[in-house]
Amino acid sequence: MAKRVLAVDDSKTMRDMVNFTLKNAGYEVIEAEDGLKALALAKAQSVDVILTDINMPNMDGISLVKELRAQPQYRSTPILILTTEGGDDKKAAGRAAGATGWIVKPFSPDKLIAVINKVCP
Amino acid sequence: MNDVTQNYEETLNTIKRGGSDSHLMQFISFRVGTEDYAVDILAVREIKGWTRTTVLPNQPDYVRGVLNLRGAIVPVFDLKCRFGQGETEATEKHVVIIVSIAERLIGLLVDQVSDILSVQPDSVGPVPEMEPGRAQAFLEGIITVNDSMIVLLSLNSLFDSVILAGTEPAEQNAA
Amino acid sequence: MSNAASTSSDYSQFRQTFFAESAEMLADMESKLERLTAHGLDREELDAVFRCVHSIKAGAGMFNYARLVDFAHGFEALLDRMRDGRMQIDTTVANLIIRAADVLSELVSAAQSERAVPTDVGVAVSEELSHLLSLGLSTSGLESGSDGPETPPLRRVEIRFSPRPGLLRHANEPLLVIRELGGLGEMTTVCDTSRLPGLETIDVEETYFAWTFELTTEASDSTIGEVFEFVADDAEISLTTLETFSSEPDDMAEDEAFGLWLEPSEVPSATVEVSATQLDAGSQPLHPLAPMPTKSASLSSIRVDLFRVDRLVNMVGELVISQAMLRQELSQLTHKTIDGLEALDTLTRDLQDCVMAIRMQPVRSVFARMPRLVREVASKLGKHVRLTMIGEQTELDKTVIEELADPLTHMIRNSVDHGIEMPDTRLAKGKSAEGSITLSAAHVGSNILIHLEDDGAGLNRERLYNKAVEKGVIAEGTKLSDEEIVDLIFAPGFSTAAFVSDVSGRGVGMDVVRRNIMKIGGRIQVSSVEGKGTRFTLIIPLTLAVLDGMLISVGAEKYILPLTSIIESFRPLPSQIRVLAGGGRVAHIRGDYVRLIALNRLFDVDSAIDDPTKGLIVLTETADGTRIGIVVDELIGQQQVVIKSLQQNYTPVLGISGATILGDGNVALILDIEQLGEIKEQNA
Repeated sequence: MAKRVLAVDDSKTMRDMVNFTLKNAGYEVIEAEDGLKALALAKAQSVDVILTDINMPNMDGISLVKELRAQPQYRSTPILILTTEGGDDKKAAGRAAGATGWIVKPFSPDKLIAVINKVCP
Repeated sequence: MNDVTQNYEETLNTIKRGGSDSHLMQFISFRVGTEDYAVDILAVREIKGWTRTTVLPNQPDYVRGVLNLRGAIVPVFDLKCRFGQGETEATEKHVVIIVSIAERLIGLLVDQVSDILSVQPDSVGPVPEMEPGRAQAFLEGIITVNDSMIVLLSLNSLFDSVILAGTEPAEQNAA
Repeated sequence: MSNAASTSSDYSQFRQTFFAESAEMLADMESKLERLTAHGLDREELDAVFRCVHSIKAGAGMFNYARLVDFAHGFEALLDRMRDGRMQIDTTVANLIIRAADVLSELVSAAQSERAVPTDVGVAVSEELSHLLSLGLSTSGLESGSDGPETPPLRRVEIRFSPRPGLLRHANEPLLVIRELGGLGEMTTVCDTSRLPGLETIDVEETYFAWTFELTTEASDSTIGEVFEFVADDAEISLTTLETFSSEPDDMAEDEAFGLWLEPSEVPSATVEVSATQLDAGSQPLHPLAPMPTKSASLSSIRVDLFRVDRLVNMVGELVISQAMLRQELSQLTHKTIDGLEALDTLTRDLQDCVMAIRMQPVRSVFARMPRLVREVASKLGKHVRLTMIGEQTELDKTVIEELADPLTHMIRNSVDHGIEMPDTRLAKGKSAEGSITLSAAHVGSNILIHLEDDGAGLNRERLYNKAVEKGVIAEGTKLSDEEIVDLIFAPGFSTAAFVSDVSGRGVGMDVVRRNIMKIGGRIQVSSVEGKGTRFTLIIPLTLAVLDGMLISVGAEKYILPLTSIIESFRPLPSQIRVLAGGGRVAHIRGDYVRLIALNRLFDVDSAIDDPTKGLIVLTETADGTRIGIVVDELIGQQQVVIKSLQQNYTPVLGISGATILGDGNVALILDIEQLGEIKEQNA
């Protein structure tokens, strides 16, 4: 069965691109446009990998990571944060919150697939 | 009038469900004045008794106005008048056949529905040449049933100029 | 960014989404920035503006729009400073932000149309951004585009807080302390309730709880200490740093584009342990500390195909009609049935309102473009103009909004160009150098009223009149009321010399504006005081799907007249009616002669009242201000009708704008006032 990726980003463009890339790589992708919706989705369905932007309305990516880690079923699920270049403080905050890793925007489809494959064997 | 409508609808449904031999062509025949005409049953959406229509101003005489067909505004055409035989004195016994042509719904006011015909394709013959000026253009073919001739109407050419080409009927009338 | 080339080719299909989304975000940003100069921005608005710039930057990176990325980067950095309070908003910063937003939008549209941007565009703004960012910050902070080096590293600390008995008696409240501490970062709280005695021995002025907090923060020891400033003497407090998160890049991982923390840091527990006894004691100091989404409920939205909405609108329209028909059919029935029907009636109306509301959007989407337009036009002309917008949240039908954009743009451009005077002229007239334009929207009944008002030169009657004579719009010597002279600006082909310029351009005149407004069933009026300013009023129906109408009868026929065009109705005296030589009739109404149109003659309706003194005259006004008296038998009543197209199954009919279905199931035609005057009477 295809692994399910939850792509969280307030930008539709980003979600579309992630969705397109990962779908072609054989993943099932579900989307959310902010942390709050992502959390609700994650609680409602089981998700194998979470890929989240940081700057989002309602609930940002860092809070989302924390909330997810507080859910028993997501204690060990890979969570990747999407940051822009030079976002070292964001990376640190992401790590502190319990994220598994990060991907810098802009990214190429190959890179995205490679990282997802890595955390989701 | 309701039972009339219902009967036809039941019959229509039976036919559309393929209750008869599917190789046969099916037509609804109806009477206008002294003549019988027919239209392809697949174009027929509904048959209902005549009710008062809302008159559209400054339109050709054969445009009897519009009626409400479950929310759609449907124009009704008087076939007798279209054939140049004067306006129909419509009563409750008259019938409006709702047909669909080119994705539009129109109503045809006729005297009565006669029959539902199932015929072999080869029993539809061509229309013979007639003198110019006759309503020949509306005719698509002639069906022979039990020795009587029924004229098959070409719905597209009947009302093309009015409802499809978008001419200005008001001006025609005023002229 | 070594992978930029493959990125841009592989993701090119998403370009359109990117630009559509950017346009939405920019419009939203524009409207937020509009408030910036006046009130500053609250945290939420600032966050939204930041996200907009951030998302555009990120998207632009995916498509390899280098200039856009560079520019957005500096802009984003400035906004980030403001977000974490390292930069305060003053006039300079506010102006820079507004200009930066303009440049950003310019660069986005250049990228979209694939046109080259002159190299100097945005350079000045970029430099000012850099300059502002470098103030009071070391260069390394600038380069990282975010964090300054003076910020202590992020760390996780454990704080123990055990209040002593005196704390409450000193009027200190542990809850407030805990809240403040929670404000320093993300915090988890464990409450120790072991000292809590049985209920019967509880002293309400005593504290029994102790807390252990785990705080992830950038705050220094002294900052944390300040939180406990007032309770330090009444409590035992300890602070231990558990872990420091270094922001050194080499601590992260091996690759610049992504990385994984191979040994994830210990996941901080977000659960709050609350003992039952504590709840019994009636105090819940922990609740506000639990990490939870605190932002106010967001306005969430979905994108729905307009076609589906239209179908829904149609279906509800049917429901309303069927319900009305049913009501009519069942009107003789018992009280109980009628009660039920009334409930259904209310429900159906509410449902219809809800469904219609789906199509409604705030006029903000159109208004939001205007500040930039005003700035552009004003700076091109060397004028100072302040645009004030009121009622941007006023909602109207999406279709109507779209049709409103062009006329409104043109009118605003006109106001800046022709209305507002040059600064020195204004000063000479004793006005402030800065001109003022006010754009406001408000609901009035089933219409939206839009006012566009400027405090500029106003309309010069004499020049308008002379120009109209010159252009052959009116004959010389024509007597016009003041109102009629002002209305000349809407006459086709009319433009005074002063009405043509570089900015407003030739060709598009106010006549086109009026035609566009008429097309959506609206009307436009103008009033002006010379030297003081001009005011345009647009009256526009909220929606094109329903209409407030007056049901009238003519013989056996019934028609709907749009309520907005009706001025009054009355039964004239015989002395008010004159028959003209050609057979046409006029009515003398308060000094004016108004052309009469008898629907029975126009539409050839039998057995209708032909003599207006026995029937009624409905006085109506067309969009261009022409008054027409319509002769009818009687007024049946006012009602809201669902507009149906005749063209769906038939051709357009002159004088008829559409049809509707009445409560009895019959069709009634909706009259098109604008066209009625064009129809010849049949049997005068």
